[in-house]
Amino acid sequence: MSGTATAEMLSAAELATIRADFPILAERVNGHELVYLDWGATAQRPRQVIDAEVDYVEHRNSAVHRGAHTLAAEATEEFEGARAKVAAFVGADEDEIVWTSNATEALNAVAYAIGNASAGRGGAAAARYRLGPGDEILATELEHHANLIPWQELAARTGATFRYVPVDDEGALRLDLLDGLLSARTRLFAFTHVSNVTGQVLPVAELTARAHAVGALVALDACQSAPHLPLDLHALGVDFAAFSGHKMLGPTGVGALYGRREHLTALPPFLTGGSMITTVTMEGAEFLPPPQRFEAGTQRVSQAIALGAAVDYLDAVGVDRIAAHEAALGRRLVEGLRAIDGVRILGPVGDGVERTGLAAIDVPGIHAHDLGQFLDSRGIAVRVGHHCAQPLHRRLGTTASTRASAYLATTPDEVDAYLAALPEAIEFFRRLA
Amino acid sequence: MNEVESLYQDIIVDHVKHPRRQGLRDGATVESHQLNPTCGDEITLQLVLDGDRIVDAAWTGRGCMVSQSSASILAEQLPGLTAAEAGERIESFRASMRSRGEIPVDEDLLGDAVALEGAAKFVARVKCAMLAWVAAEDALAKR
Repeated sequence: MSGTATAEMLSAAELATIRADFPILAERVNGHELVYLDWGATAQRPRQVIDAEVDYVEHRNSAVHRGAHTLAAEATEEFEGARAKVAAFVGADEDEIVWTSNATEALNAVAYAIGNASAGRGGAAAARYRLGPGDEILATELEHHANLIPWQELAARTGATFRYVPVDDEGALRLDLLDGLLSARTRLFAFTHVSNVTGQVLPVAELTARAHAVGALVALDACQSAPHLPLDLHALGVDFAAFSGHKMLGPTGVGALYGRREHLTALPPFLTGGSMITTVTMEGAEFLPPPQRFEAGTQRVSQAIALGAAVDYLDAVGVDRIAAHEAALGRRLVEGLRAIDGVRILGPVGDGVERTGLAAIDVPGIHAHDLGQFLDSRGIAVRVGHHCAQPLHRRLGTTASTRASAYLATTPDEVDAYLAALPEAIEFFRRLA
Repeated sequence: MNEVESLYQDIIVDHVKHPRRQGLRDGATVESHQLNPTCGDEITLQLVLDGDRIVDAAWTGRGCMVSQSSASILAEQLPGLTAAEAGERIESFRASMRSRGEIPVDEDLLGDAVALEGAAKFVARVKCAMLAWVAAEDALAKR
């Protein structure tokens, strides 16, 4: 990613300052200092983000895009200001960012908009999005369920065929098979920027160019990239992208859909109702232009504003520096895990594999839930389970894995604490057996 | 003994190392497959019934020590019980598991399942412990 190679990682002093901003990091869990290594599931929030939401609720809370009173005007300005901040953060224009509840809803909004176009909604402008028998939707075996099931369902509703790019025995995407899978029949290629299980970074610009070369649209799952890597959606060229606020220091309940202006302008809406219309009669309705066309009903205003504050926080630290910090932690994590007997890291780990600061492991003979229980007794919070990627786990021969994921406030000492506790946990369960 | 050690008691370890009535067989009267969607743990439980009485039980599955030992513990005690007696045990076990440790497991009624009492203190593990028992309940409902 641009900048990550040259940016400096965070110094110990900077890390201490950052950590002091996160109230929850002072918690003790089961008699131990909290070692939070589950940032990839949900990020903790700095005081600045919490305060921004509270300040809005205490002083300006009001209905946006309606009402003539002062609070309503201030609320609208702040809500739209947050949209502008988030748009700039991911390299998009303001009117290309749609608020959603989360990334899952964002991806469903695209799938349902295309489904509605396939049913004839949206008229001539949306005709080019119509899917039917003979058309193909391509995804990958790496995907989180959120970027998988909406496409399986869209294929089932429209008669299109769902296909996927498989992974190899190590968990690396078989990009050598892509030429045989991408064809003039491919109408949409959905893939993740960064795998939430293996941490591998996919070459988005290259994959997008190859999809576009056959006339396919690209839907990108940016949940594990928007928080962790400098992101320029315009430069990458994708047609749609989804990310969630709570993974990038923001609150739960807010996420975003990015759609290139030409698509959002042409596609019919997914959810319909209040706040997204111009004229309504008893026979039908006309819709607002995007992004409001895709924002039916009362919006998650305080959450969006807090997400704007989260983006301010990330910008102040510098995403390029966060990426450099995480890359270093990721290397430390992988090197440490490789040195522990009986641990298998899911996904490619060789030199030159670009990956973020997370690693999921399988310890044959010891279930992830049991490992996680032991680690929790030491105050170490990791994610256990299939991480919403059942097909990938099945392909790699396991039902569940143990994932540690770092972020800007993670210290090398925390990674080391995990690396020290893991052999103890393995020894504990081996001794039982 | 800390809480994590109290979870992995000898009886649990014994059932994991020497699972009772494991392996599906032909001729089951009813069967139930249960999945814990959060971790992918699964249990398939079979019962052979003679009228209202359970005459044989068998299971297979994969998952953590809590879910697998619980299946073994349950399968071992089901044969010989009537459906009503099995239902009473399932209800009693569920009440203890949901009590966050407030209601001790009734050892007279539930035998080795007393070793699973520690799981009740860990909300995330209650589902693991209950998986086989839910399968038994579901299988009996299919009579």
